Parts: sequence; C-alpha cells; structure tokens
Amino acid sequence: MNPHSFDPVAAVLLIPIGSAALLAMLPGYRLTARLNVVASLATFLSALLLFVIERPQPGPYVLVDDLNIVFIVLNTFVGFTTSIFSASYIAHELETGRLTPVYLRFYHAMYQTMMFGMNLAFVSNNIGLMWVAVEIATLTTVLMVGIYRTHAALEAAWKYFILGSVGIAFALFGTILVYMAARPVVGEGQDGMIWTALVEHSQAFDPALLNVAFIFLFLGYGTKVGLAPLHAWLPDAHAEGPTPISAVLSGLLLNVALYALLRFKILLAANPAAIAPGPLMVTMGLLSLVFAAFMLYRRRDIKRLFAYSSIEHMGIIVFAFGMGGPLANFAGLLHMVMHSLTKSAIFYAVGHISQIKGTQRISRIRGLTVSHPALGWGLVTGVVAIAGLPPLGIFMSEFLVVSSTFARQPLLAIVLVLGLLLAFGALTLRLTSVAFGEPRGSTKPAEASYVPMFAHLALVLMAGIYLPAPLVVWFQHVARLLG
Amino acid sequence: MQMHSLEFDISHALAGGLVLISFMMLYQDRLYSLLNVFALHALVLALSVAWQAFIQNAPHLYVTAAIALVFKAIVIPVALHRIIKQLGIHRDIESAVGIGPTMLAGMGLVALSMVLILRVTAEADPLAREDIAFALSVVLLGLLVMVTRRNAVSQVVGFMSLENGLVLAATGAKGMPLVVEISVAFSILIAFIVIGIFLFRIRERFDSVDVSALDDYRGERR
Repeated sequence: MNPHSFDPVAAVLLIPIGSAALLAMLPGYRLTARLNVVASLATFLSALLLFVIERPQPGPYVLVDDLNIVFIVLNTFVGFTTSIFSASYIAHELETGRLTPVYLRFYHAMYQTMMFGMNLAFVSNNIGLMWVAVEIATLTTVLMVGIYRTHAALEAAWKYFILGSVGIAFALFGTILVYMAARPVVGEGQDGMIWTALVEHSQAFDPALLNVAFIFLFLGYGTKVGLAPLHAWLPDAHAEGPTPISAVLSGLLLNVALYALLRFKILLAANPAAIAPGPLMVTMGLLSLVFAAFMLYRRRDIKRLFAYSSIEHMGIIVFAFGMGGPLANFAGLLHMVMHSLTKSAIFYAVGHISQIKGTQRISRIRGLTVSHPALGWGLVTGVVAIAGLPPLGIFMSEFLVVSSTFARQPLLAIVLVLGLLLAFGALTLRLTSVAFGEPRGSTKPAEASYVPMFAHLALVLMAGIYLPAPLVVWFQHVARLLG
Repeated sequence: MQMHSLEFDISHALAGGLVLISFMMLYQDRLYSLLNVFALHALVLALSVAWQAFIQNAPHLYVTAAIALVFKAIVIPVALHRIIKQLGIHRDIESAVGIGPTMLAGMGLVALSMVLILRVTAEADPLAREDIAFALSVVLLGLLVMVTRRNAVSQVVGFMSLENGLVLAATGAKGMPLVVEISVAFSILIAFIVIGIFLFRIRERFDSVDVSALDDYRGERR
C-alpha cells in the first residue's frame, strides 16, 4: 500500500471490523487470542498516527477534532491492554471449562466488533451515525455479558438489554427532535444531522425544542453512562460477564456515552436561549455520587463493589462538566482519562484474583498481599488511586473538581466532599479486609499477565506527579471548547 | 379554526390510531391477544409510513413501511406465537399493576406528551408537531407496557411498540436522513431479542419467562 494513501481514520474503523470477521472464522484459542492482541495493537498504532497526520476536513460522516482524538487514543490503548489481559484470562476460563472454544470464537469477534462500534461513535460527525454506533457497542456488550449462560449472567444480560434499549430509544427520540429543531435553519436532509453544521447554526434553532431534545438525550445516553437512578443494569452487567468485559465497560463504554452527551452539551451551549445543561448534570452527578457512595458499603461481591465505584466516578465527571468553565472541564476530562486507566487496571487485578480464589465474594478473599504479592499490591495501588489519594492521578483531578467548586458553589462542594469521603471510607474498609491479614482461600500461584495492570498504574502515577506541559495545554484547549 | 387538507387528516388519523392501539395493548391480559394487537399496531404503522412516503414524495420511506409490514406485522408475531407455544406459557399475563391504574397512567402520559410537545413546538409546521406529539405518546405508552408487565415476551412487545413510536417520529420529521438505516438497525435489534429469548432458552434456565422469577436470583443475597 502506498504510505501516502494510508488513512488512520479508516484504519481505526476497518482493522477492528475486518479482524472481527476473521476471528469469527478462525478456530483455535492460541491463534485467535494472539490475533486479537495484534489487531488491537494495530488499531492503537493507527490511532496514534492521528496525531501526526494532517486532519481530514470534517465530512458528512467523519470528524477528527481536538475533543475526540484524546478519546480515540485512550479507547484504542485500553482496548489493546485489555486484549493482552483477556488472552491470559480466557486461557484460564477454557481450562476450567466455563467457556467452550465455540463461544471463544464468538467472544473474540464480539470484542473487535465492540471496539469498532466505540471507535465509530467517537469519529462520527453525524448524530444519527453516532447513535447507531453506540447501539452496536451496547449490543455486543450485552451478548458478552451473557456469554457464560448461567442463571445470573442471563439475568444481567436481560436487564442490561431492556434498560439499554429504553435508553437507546430515548436517545433516538432526542436525536429526531434535534433534527426537527435544525430543519428550519439548516434545511432538509443530510445537513440537519451533521454535528459541525449543527453547532455552526445552533444559535438560530428553536430553543424550546432543543431543550426537550436535550432532556431526552440526557436520559437516553445517561442510562448508558450509568447515572443514578438509571444505573440498575450496571452492577449486574459488570459482575456477571467475563472480567475483560467489565474492564472495557467501565473504562470505555461509559466514556463513549458520556462523550455523546458532551457533543450535545456543546450544541446546547452554542444557543444562548436554550436552558443551561449545567444544573441538570450537576444534580444527576451529585445524586449518582452520593447514592453510589452509600451503596458501596453494602457490597459483598468484589466486581459489584468496583461497578458501584464506576457509578460514583461517572457522577463526579458529569458533575464537573455540569459545573462547566475551563477549570472544571479540565478536571472532568482528566478524571475521565484517569478513571478509565485506573478502573481497568483494577479489573485486571480482580479478574485474576477471582479466578485464583474461585469466587467473587469479598468475605472469602483475604490477605492477598501475603499470598499473591504482585496482584495484591497492584490491587492496593489501584484502590488507593481510585479512592483519590495522592500522589496518583485521580487525586489531582478530584482536587481540581473540589477546589473549583468551592470557589463557586460552596454548598455543592460540601455535598461533593461528603460523597467522596463516604466512598473513600467504603473502599478502604473493603481493601484492608481483602488485601491484608491471614490469607484465605486458594493460594496457588497466579498465572497472570501483570504488564497491562502495571502499565496503567504507572501512567496514573505519572499523571499524578507530573503532567507534561503539551498535554496540559491540550487539555486546556479542549476544556475551553466544552464551554 | 384553520382548515386542514386531506393529507393532514389522513396522517393524523393514522397516528392517532397508533395511540389508540397502544391503549388497547395496555389491557390485554393474554399473550396471544397481546400479539394480535401488536400486529395491528405494526400494520397501522406501515400504513402511516407509506402515507408519509407518498405525501413527502420520499420513495425510500416505502422500504421502512415494507419492513414494518413484513417484519413487524407478520414475521415477529408469528415467531413469538411459536415461541409461546413451545415454551408453554400461553396462560394469563400477570400484570404488575391493575388495568384501571394502568389506563389512568396511560391517559396521564398522553396528556403529558401533548402538553409538552405542542407547547414547545408552537412555531413548527403543524403536521410535524402533531406527529411528534402522537409519537411521544406511543413511546411513553410502550414504556408503560414494559414496566407494567413482568413477562419477558410481553416486555418485548412493549419495546417493539415503543420502537414503532420512534419510527413514526422519524418519518414525520420531513427529510430526515438515515431513517431507513435506523429502522433496519432496530429490526436487527429486535431480531436479536427474539432470538435471544429462544436461544438462551429462558424457560429451560428459569422454568418460565416470568422476569420476576429472574429477580429471585441476585448476585448478592441479603
């Protein structure tokens, strides 16, 4: 292929979908798991190329701008590390017979299809196409959540399916209303759905229609973000599916839905007569944070525990974007990235731990730092990071959210801090029992892949200590875009 | 009172008919009759979409109408009939809520969507705004069917009627792109659900497709 005609945007989409087709046909676990890793790596490298090449002009379907490039790179990176983790995780599942080779073939094909859906959602410049892409990503995760076909897995998949479908229906209704609002201004047909055209003309749209549209979009995509009280699917889906899927659900799919919301938030912010989306987002964000913080105390299943922690962090992020302004937006973006990296690292550790112990019940896991030092300390670092302790990256973003809120809305900041402290308490409580003390359960040595976990944690630590100046400038620029 | 054209009256009647049939769904207490009412719902949707295709001079919408007619009014109800027979669940639907309160809630939802949409779209073209108002009613009524039923098959029927409302909204918004693609995507989604019910053998796993039986199992028993 002529190197000049290489198009990274097309590669980010075509590599996953092409390899999905290939993986669906190839037998043999070793080959397909490796191919899955190679395809994910190739996608990641093409995503990195997006930084280098000249960006394509925003077309009717595809757009690459400063906002989505961060997410595409993050998405493909976590997709790549998860594929490494998945290879060693799945090997164990085959041994124990929880998955059969046929299902495995299906699993790998679905994994790449999901990556395709998420990348498509990020690069799409068309709100209809974005909706279809989010639907693809959701459907494939539903199938993977139910892949064990146990009683609990099917229940979780069914619940996810029904709630996700209702969410997606609301999001579509909102999308149609946006088109209705755009039609008198932008004109009939294609243009009424192109995001860049919509933003350009947004100030002339009928504000009332835009408001109603945003409410529907917020409820619809908010269901997928896992905001309380629309979160019911999230803990089950995380707990019952294979752990690599929990990692991408928390780390990536929630981000995709949030990204869709951010696009519409920008659209609304460009119209001065429309309602400010801020208060709505602040309320839902705080509600999710406080609710999830309380729920953390009652968890007995380790994957459910971290699923609720994802709801908590999504609450913080939505809150930050709801507050708006350069500083809070900066914090929100940073928090999204840090949460993705940390939460997926935690799920890598949890996946191996629950395989070794043969259980996900917190009460049956004890003294991990003694029996499995690498996994145990990895988990400790991850939980310390997710609880928001210095010097890790999440501390920094949470600190920025809290301090910017104190400067503007001290009352909200008190609730925010309360929620953060509650969650911190719950997580440390569980962590001490799981990580320290007399080991309980199986102490057989782990056949784990540590590289993905420690790579993520190292990145989070690095971000907490020192953020490179170009990255800061980049984030600040994007934060200003978000208004 | 302004005079409306015949075009307006016919599309109005068809959209209003969809809302009425959604109401009929609320009080069906047998699975077979629920399926029959749904087939009628899909048939009226197909007529409505075809009418929109005709008056908007948008031939691609005929594809959406054909999908509604063949897939939703014939294939899916027949497939669900067979599934119900094979699973042996053609007994009464257990409504989670009684018929009276459900109908009252339905009326409330329709009133809500009329007030909401007609108020915010005062300046839009009257055909489109009333179409959207009806569509939102159908969507909300479909949601109501989903929350008042516990049976997995009837939840799916509720979801499909909700989706019919979305197709009504999308075809009513003149010149909206991707309508056909979206209706195809939705058909795939529904096919997935129906195949899912069957392939996952919910009966085999849970002894019934009663979702309340699923609730018995939770990852963490308190």
